[in-house]
Amino acid sequence: MSASRFNGFTDYGIGIGLRSPHYHHILTRKPVVDWFEIISENFMIDGGRPLQILDQILEQYRVVQHGVSMYFGSAEKLNREHLRRLKDLVKRTKTPWLSDHLCWGSVDGRYTHDLLPMPYTFEAAKITAQKVKAVQDFLEIPVAVENVSSYAEYHESEMTEWEFLNEVVERADCGILLDVNNIYVSSQNHSFHPLDYVNSVPAERVAQIHIAGHSKYRKYILDTHDHPVIDPVWKLYERAIQRVGHTATLLEWDDSIPSFQEVHDEALKANKFLSASVLAEAV
Amino acid sequence: MSLLELQRAVARAVMQPLTASQNMQRRAPGGGSMQRYAARFIKPNDRLTSFERLEIYNKQYWFRVLDSLIEDFPGLRAVLGERRFDAMAEQYLVAHPSRSFTLRHLPSQLVPWLRKHPKWAGKDQKLALDIARLEWADIEAFDAKAEPPLEQKDLLQTNGSDSGAGAAKLKLTLQPYLRLLDLHYPVDDLLLEVRKEDEDTDFASNAFAERRKRKRVRAVAKLKPSEIFLAVHRIDNSVYFRRLEREEFAILSALGNGKTLGAAIQPAFRNSAVPTEEQPEKVQTWFATWAALGWFWHPQKKHPPR
Repeated sequence: MSASRFNGFTDYGIGIGLRSPHYHHILTRKPVVDWFEIISENFMIDGGRPLQILDQILEQYRVVQHGVSMYFGSAEKLNREHLRRLKDLVKRTKTPWLSDHLCWGSVDGRYTHDLLPMPYTFEAAKITAQKVKAVQDFLEIPVAVENVSSYAEYHESEMTEWEFLNEVVERADCGILLDVNNIYVSSQNHSFHPLDYVNSVPAERVAQIHIAGHSKYRKYILDTHDHPVIDPVWKLYERAIQRVGHTATLLEWDDSIPSFQEVHDEALKANKFLSASVLAEAV
Repeated sequence: MSLLELQRAVARAVMQPLTASQNMQRRAPGGGSMQRYAARFIKPNDRLTSFERLEIYNKQYWFRVLDSLIEDFPGLRAVLGERRFDAMAEQYLVAHPSRSFTLRHLPSQLVPWLRKHPKWAGKDQKLALDIARLEWADIEAFDAKAEPPLEQKDLLQTNGSDSGAGAAKLKLTLQPYLRLLDLHYPVDDLLLEVRKEDEDTDFASNAFAERRKRKRVRAVAKLKPSEIFLAVHRIDNSVYFRRLEREEFAILSALGNGKTLGAAIQPAFRNSAVPTEEQPEKVQTWFATWAALGWFWHPQKKHPPR
């Protein structure tokens, strides 16, 4: 959604993930990139080279923070040290919004460092929404929750994944980072129609979209972020853009990372759909 | 089942070690069949059983945490050998699963754990501990805070006087990123060699790289003990190892422990081979070097807010 309270009233275009193999290229060639997404946890440190690089990037580019271990869906309390460090980073980057995943990954203070799927229950939605709200209040910027790829479902679930997402974001009054690749991966692993998901998301809450590649195995698909985006995912992206309009879009490429140019070129393919949405809005 | 109960049950299975063939164990945490354990909360689908679906997460967990230790401790892996390192890492992770939002802290207990469990430290525990201490110091030095270093004028202000008596009472604070190590083996050379090998491996064929690696491990096994003192520090945000003389190490360690200059210098030269008449000049040279490297800072002189 262009310029809304869920993205800090910004109108960002196509960005790519800031990854260390590209640092040199970015800092020496200064390519034109609308914005970079950083993994917050990589920079929640006290000093050294990562923060030096980040400061150099911030001098030239807009940066949006994306987290991987807030674990909104964990039943345990929020980690205060995590929040304190995250807020310090928010002040440094001036990120207009911040995202993390709709999942859990820690219990009794032990971290799995994975994005584990939620049971889609009302109890889980209530707990998760309370935590999203608390984080949003503490950080004083909009928070968007991202749907994850999953490989397992629970007997406990009382609703579909998209109903659960809607329940959480309505209760927390927060934004959505819609990952259309994750929708595709989960749809293949759990045999639902991905368009049912895309069509059910509250369009006005979508602050950002993720696109990515994945790996196909004999019996399931893994979200590996190590390939270009496949056509069915572009089709989902096209549909998402038709529904939500021009929206900040980011390509994730985290493994077997090719050259900066290749990653950027892949991301810029999204322009075709974003331009169509601008035309449609103008007519 | 409440959300907390479900998450505890899933986490116990996910964090249970894999079998030797890197599959999920048939035995559930606490005993019984893992098939039945998984079926209690995971739905099967038309392609995968509950066991197989849970196994995806079990494998992902172990691959991720083991990879993290492998990446952080190439030197220790070279010393122990790959298989022994992987077995050691698994035991360590069972005893000390991650308790932080970042994998950076995962090895924080490795050195004390290895000290307590010598059977996982290979044939030479001292060597394994030395390299593990160096690699952990390297991680800590990489992203620790750097404070504005003391300048000559700051030194004089802190002192209140440039007289000898005033200087003796002076307390100097070391940079948070500086780590001081006393080691039994020259593991700094070893680690630099391992890293160089790993860089070269990127350009070599697998078979060739493997042969070189085995050769390197054999060379490591022959490493002779030789006491060294080391500062792990940063210049321009890159981490460096700097060899120190025994007395130099003693002075810095004492300063790091909050001792005054006078209390740090005198004991450092007890039983020293450095002739008494040469000691003042040595100390002067060391201080000049440390100051040039920016190793001291004043707690009252903080970074301006960004």
